Amino acid sequence: MSQSFEPVVIGFTCNWCSYRAADTAGTARVKYAPNVRLIRLMCSGRLDPTFVIKALAGGADGVMITGCHPGDCHYIDQNYKALRRFLLLRRTLKGLGIDPGRIKLIWASAAEGMRLAAEINQFVEEIRILGPLGWPRWDKEVTQNENIKEVA
Amino acid sequence: MGEYSSINPRIGVYVCHCGTNISSTVDVENVRDWAIQHLSKNGVVVSRDYKFMCSSLGQEIIEKDIKEYGLERVVVAACSPHLHEKTFRTASEKAGLNPYLTEMTSIREQVSWVHTDKKVATEKAKYLIAGTVERIKYNESLEKFNVPIDPNTLVVGGGIAGIQAALEIANAGFHVYLVEREPSIGGHMSQFDKTFPTLDCSACILTPRMVEAGTNPNITLLTWSEVVNVTGFVGNFNVSIKKKARYINENLCTGCGICWEKCPKKVIDEIFEAGLGYRKAVYTPFAQSVPKYPVIDHENCTFFQKGTCKACEKFCPTGSIDFEQEDEVLNITVGNVILATGYDLFDARKVSNYGYGRLPNVFTSMEFERLSNASGPTGGEITLRDGKTRPKTVGIIHCVGSRDKNFNNYCSTICCMQSLKFSHLVKERTGADVYEFYIDMRTAAKSYDEFYQRVLEEGTLFVRGKVAEVSDAAREPHEIGKLIIQVEDTLIGKQRRIPVDMVVLSIGMEPRYDAKEIGKLFGISCSSDGWFMERHPKLDPISTMTEGIYIAGSATGPKDIPASVSQGAAAAARVLDKILQKEVELEPIRASVDETICSGCRLCNNLCPFNVIFFIEDLSITRVNPALCQGCGTCVAACPAGAISGTGFSNQQIFAQIDGLLMDI
Repeated sequence: MSQSFEPVVIGFTCNWCSYRAADTAGTARVKYAPNVRLIRLMCSGRLDPTFVIKALAGGADGVMITGCHPGDCHYIDQNYKALRRFLLLRRTLKGLGIDPGRIKLIWASAAEGMRLAAEINQFVEEIRILGPLGWPRWDKEVTQNENIKEVA
Repeated sequence: MGEYSSINPRIGVYVCHCGTNISSTVDVENVRDWAIQHLSKNGVVVSRDYKFMCSSLGQEIIEKDIKEYGLERVVVAACSPHLHEKTFRTASEKAGLNPYLTEMTSIREQVSWVHTDKKVATEKAKYLIAGTVERIKYNESLEKFNVPIDPNTLVVGGGIAGIQAALEIANAGFHVYLVEREPSIGGHMSQFDKTFPTLDCSACILTPRMVEAGTNPNITLLTWSEVVNVTGFVGNFNVSIKKKARYINENLCTGCGICWEKCPKKVIDEIFEAGLGYRKAVYTPFAQSVPKYPVIDHENCTFFQKGTCKACEKFCPTGSIDFEQEDEVLNITVGNVILATGYDLFDARKVSNYGYGRLPNVFTSMEFERLSNASGPTGGEITLRDGKTRPKTVGIIHCVGSRDKNFNNYCSTICCMQSLKFSHLVKERTGADVYEFYIDMRTAAKSYDEFYQRVLEEGTLFVRGKVAEVSDAAREPHEIGKLIIQVEDTLIGKQRRIPVDMVVLSIGMEPRYDAKEIGKLFGISCSSDGWFMERHPKLDPISTMTEGIYIAGSATGPKDIPASVSQGAAAAARVLDKILQKEVELEPIRASVDETICSGCRLCNNLCPFNVIFFIEDLSITRVNPALCQGCGTCVAACPAGAISGTGFSNQQIFAQIDGLLMDI
């Protein structure tokens, strides 16, 4: 593994907790690894497992899924559904020959900016140890638009 | 599904400096140039930077470009969308663009404030903008939903904040349900004797408000009651309230008090008298209780425990004792909710070196409040635990359980002033010497520091230092029979042992023991300390992340009386604003089913947390009720056929955003 490997991590956040935790971390100027790029969903329950596969196929080395703590979901209990999908997805990834450690589920409430930052740092380091995913960037062969049509 | 205005719409990108908040870490000009050069093939036709995009001049730039360049999408790279999404969407709307065709990407909270390397931060800003540019192509024009607002309001908690909120709304002519867990409203304020810094008699200023709340025809007072269930959303909450059995017929009771006079069972009053006094098994917490009806304490009533007694029933002149009464559940509908559930006090037993619970003459601040209260167990006499002896020296210890890494990190804000008030009362009533042991004196509000000066002039002795220990182990003859306070006086840099007769621990405020459960019940969250969390700590301290749920008073953090009253009134103003609008606009983020694709597999049917997915047997398809859908998107993610689409967060939008975030920049 080369010294200069910088993992690319895509993070899915919930509008009500972890996205706000990122806001809280920002407001408090908590520093964390710049390797993560966040996407906002309304709820971790919105996470379609294909989003994760898509991110890995598109060049991400790891995917972080974040949601409200169990019992705190803004939509009552949809984070449990995210948990269920996450566990199934780990099995699927294993079958595809991908280390399930490349995806991680993190609970972070809106107040937990520090926690989110610490989790991001830790996950980036975990991915750094796993090294680049190294999937061929098949999507680079086709244009962006065709690619989207194909998937959608 | 809506229509796309075009497959490759014309996009404008606006990069904000936010003064230097963003530009100090992100090379804003470089990002601007990159956006127009690198993303023109993705539809970007104009990109600009500006010092403050959110200023009216910044907004005008966008409005002008929408018209001039015929922009069909706008991307603003600035702060979090939770701060300014509305600003920019409104600006776009003014220029004739559907507001949902404008998106923000957070390069302040997620980039400039959390990263330090300018090169890396600039790169990350580019990735985030690329993601949003890709995503926004698939945004659709959306229209907001309007739902009617139920004009009734629920106020939970009958302390001063809740009372104030209820009165403001009721006086404006709207109905309020005021729910209180205890037998009477009044809260902690009703336990105090004096209020700082004016030394107003607490009961004298509180009870008129209580009476007003009890008699206002627009207020339904539900004391000895608790909220057990909440469903619905802003404008239409369905709330179940458990009215615990009082065993008193409220229609007949006159509150004459014969029942508690005759009741043979004495119970230590742990709540109102802080364990210092007694009440009967049938009781009102204090003389001015509102409502006037007593409560029979099931746990302690001789009749309920042993099957005989009924003394109260025999003597009641109106026959209002009803041992058959049962808990009742009331179901009400309200449009808005104000939570003013207050605070608990820190348990002084946890600081074992201060000896509370072991050394009899160590008191908590609440015990002292009751001791000094004219209606308290000693009739306002400040005495030692024996109830007779007046102390000659009193030590008041600040910050017990507050500003302490072992317990609560935060400052409870009221304890300094409360301790000064105690000093004054001790001096006034007993002439004793008073020592205050403080870490820092915090007397920062109107007339507070003047009160501190007054107490200094009265001769109270101030020792700056955190007390190490309170003990009764005498080392010198003059310490015998006293409580010895061991402290490092940090102003003279010496250890001191100060013998006193009485110690008062200024215990801090803590979130209610069940604040987290209450939060869950109403769908709001708590901060890491456990207080209810505000929508914005500075600019929206009384709103929560859940529309229609407001918070007030010390349920949101330690607060004095004026701050609690202000918050109660502020929350009421917010509720009145909603009621007077008659309707509330809901975000059009909704799921909808494409019936031509739906196979009727019913996989989604059980996933909805709000039960708004219906299966139509005849057609063998599923439908979502759009008015009730809250937009979480769980069903969208679950549909194996991709028949359900979620506006605002469609699969296409998210796939495109992933592509953008992983683009070669």
